[in-house]
Amino acid sequence: MEFQKHDILIIGGGGAGLRAAIAIGEENPNLSVGVISKVYPMRSHTVSAEGGVAAVIKANDSLDDHAYDTISGADWLADQDAVEALVNEAPGELIQLEHWGCPWSREPDGSVAVRPFGGMKIERTWYAADKTGFHMLHTLFQTALKYNNVTRYDEWFATRLLVHDGCCQGVAALELRSGQIRAIAGKGTVLCTGGAGRIFPFTTNAAIKTGDGMALAYRAGVPLKDMEFVQYHPTGLPGTGILITEASRSEGGILINKQGDRYLQDYDLGQPLDIQDPRHPQKRTMELGPRDRLSQAFVKEGQEARTIEGPYGDYVHLDIRHLGEKKINKKLPFVRELCRNYVGIDPVHELIPVRPVIHYCMGGVHTNIEGETPLPGLFAAGECACVSINGANRLGSNSLTELLVFGARAARAAVRFGAQAGDVAVEEIIALADQEQRRIRERFFQPKGGTETIAGLRGELTHTMESGAGIYRSEESLRASCDKIRELKQRFNQIELADHSLTFNTELTTALELEYMLDISEALAHSALARTESRGSHQRTDYPDRDDQRFLKHSLAYRSDDDPCIEYLDVVITRWPPGERVYGSK
Amino acid sequence: MAASETDQPEATIPLEVFRYRPEQGDEPTFEHYDVPYREDWVVLDALNHVKDQIDGTLSYRWSCRMGVCGSCGMMVNGEPKLTCAAFLRDYYPEVIRVEPLNYFPVIRDLVINMDDFLHKLTEVKAWLVPKEEKPVSQGEYLQTPAELAHYKQFSMCINCMLCYSACPVYGQHPEFLGPAAIALAQRYNLDSRDGAADARADVIFSDEGIWDCTFVGDCTRVCPKNVDPAGAIQQAKVAATKDWYRSVLVPWGNK
Repeated sequence: MEFQKHDILIIGGGGAGLRAAIAIGEENPNLSVGVISKVYPMRSHTVSAEGGVAAVIKANDSLDDHAYDTISGADWLADQDAVEALVNEAPGELIQLEHWGCPWSREPDGSVAVRPFGGMKIERTWYAADKTGFHMLHTLFQTALKYNNVTRYDEWFATRLLVHDGCCQGVAALELRSGQIRAIAGKGTVLCTGGAGRIFPFTTNAAIKTGDGMALAYRAGVPLKDMEFVQYHPTGLPGTGILITEASRSEGGILINKQGDRYLQDYDLGQPLDIQDPRHPQKRTMELGPRDRLSQAFVKEGQEARTIEGPYGDYVHLDIRHLGEKKINKKLPFVRELCRNYVGIDPVHELIPVRPVIHYCMGGVHTNIEGETPLPGLFAAGECACVSINGANRLGSNSLTELLVFGARAARAAVRFGAQAGDVAVEEIIALADQEQRRIRERFFQPKGGTETIAGLRGELTHTMESGAGIYRSEESLRASCDKIRELKQRFNQIELADHSLTFNTELTTALELEYMLDISEALAHSALARTESRGSHQRTDYPDRDDQRFLKHSLAYRSDDDPCIEYLDVVITRWPPGERVYGSK
Repeated sequence: MAASETDQPEATIPLEVFRYRPEQGDEPTFEHYDVPYREDWVVLDALNHVKDQIDGTLSYRWSCRMGVCGSCGMMVNGEPKLTCAAFLRDYYPEVIRVEPLNYFPVIRDLVINMDDFLHKLTEVKAWLVPKEEKPVSQGEYLQTPAELAHYKQFSMCINCMLCYSACPVYGQHPEFLGPAAIALAQRYNLDSRDGAADARADVIFSDEGIWDCTFVGDCTRVCPKNVDPAGAIQQAKVAATKDWYRSVLVPWGNK
């Protein structure tokens, strides 16, 4: 078996992975870094982030305000030491990105411009028009090209962590072009594989968002933390799930129901100001409330028959017409392009149909504030990780901040670990990868006469996740999902591939992704079933209240041969005692 | 994507899809598939339908399905297109022929090898080389909206490779840096924070390819993001020519 060796491995070439690679490129040019990504790095889903990235930069803002907005937005489930690290290091990270060339939108004096986002007391979202993630990713990718100590494994699909002697010592990866499984060894491995939105049928997430790194860690015995918390973004295009950025509301867009009413005022989010009022939009109020509350308001509105029926489900309207063509072209050009292409409407003159759409996993691989997982040698950062700064509901524009701050942190922790770790056990690592090669060949390339299809099982999985673990959940709905997932895991063994080619076999990778999705879904549904309270994005109709006595805790889902075991870990509280989430006043 | 109940399920549209499986011989073939016709489907939806429901062996790249990741570029009836932005309704009821992007080696089916572009991106130093170094603690470089507008258009490139597939010069001379790499070099050349235009010029003009570019403009015409690589190439040529004249006529001048 061919064998590659680096000091540090990074799995995933999106924002977090590239930031991690550059941290090592800059600070430890003598260390070799391998970046293993199932797509070319600039295809990673960071590219789709639109509205912006939060960091305190203006004189009217403060780190404490950023921390408070994040913690209250998280419904007090975020670890406050981690949030403090985030807000402290965010400005430096964004300035650093500016120095690497990121084309941030600017004020007339040449300083970076900021806009407000949902749940924010003060505007602190840096942006590059409405393609912030695209510009950040390409800036990071192009900057990463500079470093000779960074080797890229583009279109290599990680299938298993190679754990020997209680340490993660590398990864088995499928080289898509050759169809060969290779062993790639590293003293430290950083997971940066992003989220898992594709376990739901209606999502903003790209096709590649199948939770690979979460599943790899879970299978290696690392717990997944707070998986029950999944964010619905309030404004997705019906049918495709394409995201219409929150920036459309921070620039002044409003949400209206079937009757044309600004219905958010009925859901404890404050009173609307006239759209021509210079104080509109008000921060932490109405359309600039947090995403969980806006998505929940949509469901309630539907129950009152005040949403509009459509072929792809009910929707409401996002109205940005009053911003005018000039402002829309300058601040929201991508929104206009997406609406024209995918809905056939022009938001300069027409209303945009929107409905809540799965957007982000607050949960992920359990790490501490340094990005270390409980498995020595394994680290994680970005959406695949749960540090946690997002708690029960992530604030818009904190995810891009998180991937920079914790991408760099996890890389540094991996470097520190590697410096004191012994040599990689090469023979054992190769033997494990050989075993993995055999597993995949036997499982997927030897005809067994099975009758299940990938698309069939995936459809059933995503359906049960939406019906059982959507915006509102109950014991009954979650039990049904848990049962269904158990059944689907059995039936997965009956999948038969038509494609036995070694060259760029995307049927094989799709099957491997589905296997990951089943693991993630299991952890999610069981964690949601066990949390008998409502907090942030996790709303139980049978337990409608937050219960700090029992659940001011992170859930940890451990894989077992049977259902996962769910354990709990106290939330870190430093300076902000749990309080009520208040929006629309103050 | 779920089927709409209001669509007519009986309507279909024919696809002719390029197939190439190196393990099954060197000759590419075309496979015919009939897929449901839906008003709001793009060519990518049709390919996904084939993959999920008809033939799992078809390989192609895709991810964001919203025109920003740059993965799903293919030839659609002979034109380079992002298949996530090419609507079936613009072809219906005629057959749609889907092929891999022109001028690139094919790995399999609709999957091309784009290693060459990634090498070129590194060659042209497509990253910011600061004119003056400044520590992060001293804050951002100032850049006015006008200075930003100067290069912004060229920063919109999603590396989808459509421009290469439309470029007759690249088709003839694969060593030509090509539209996207030159546009991205120019993106940094024009950035008020950058100071490496000279170093990039050495690379851009190191082969003859750029002088063969006759401003046909096909790269700009097919660009899904209005980057205007043809404009970037012409700008670079004008700058080089000015520099040449300056060095010959005023050898004591700057540089």
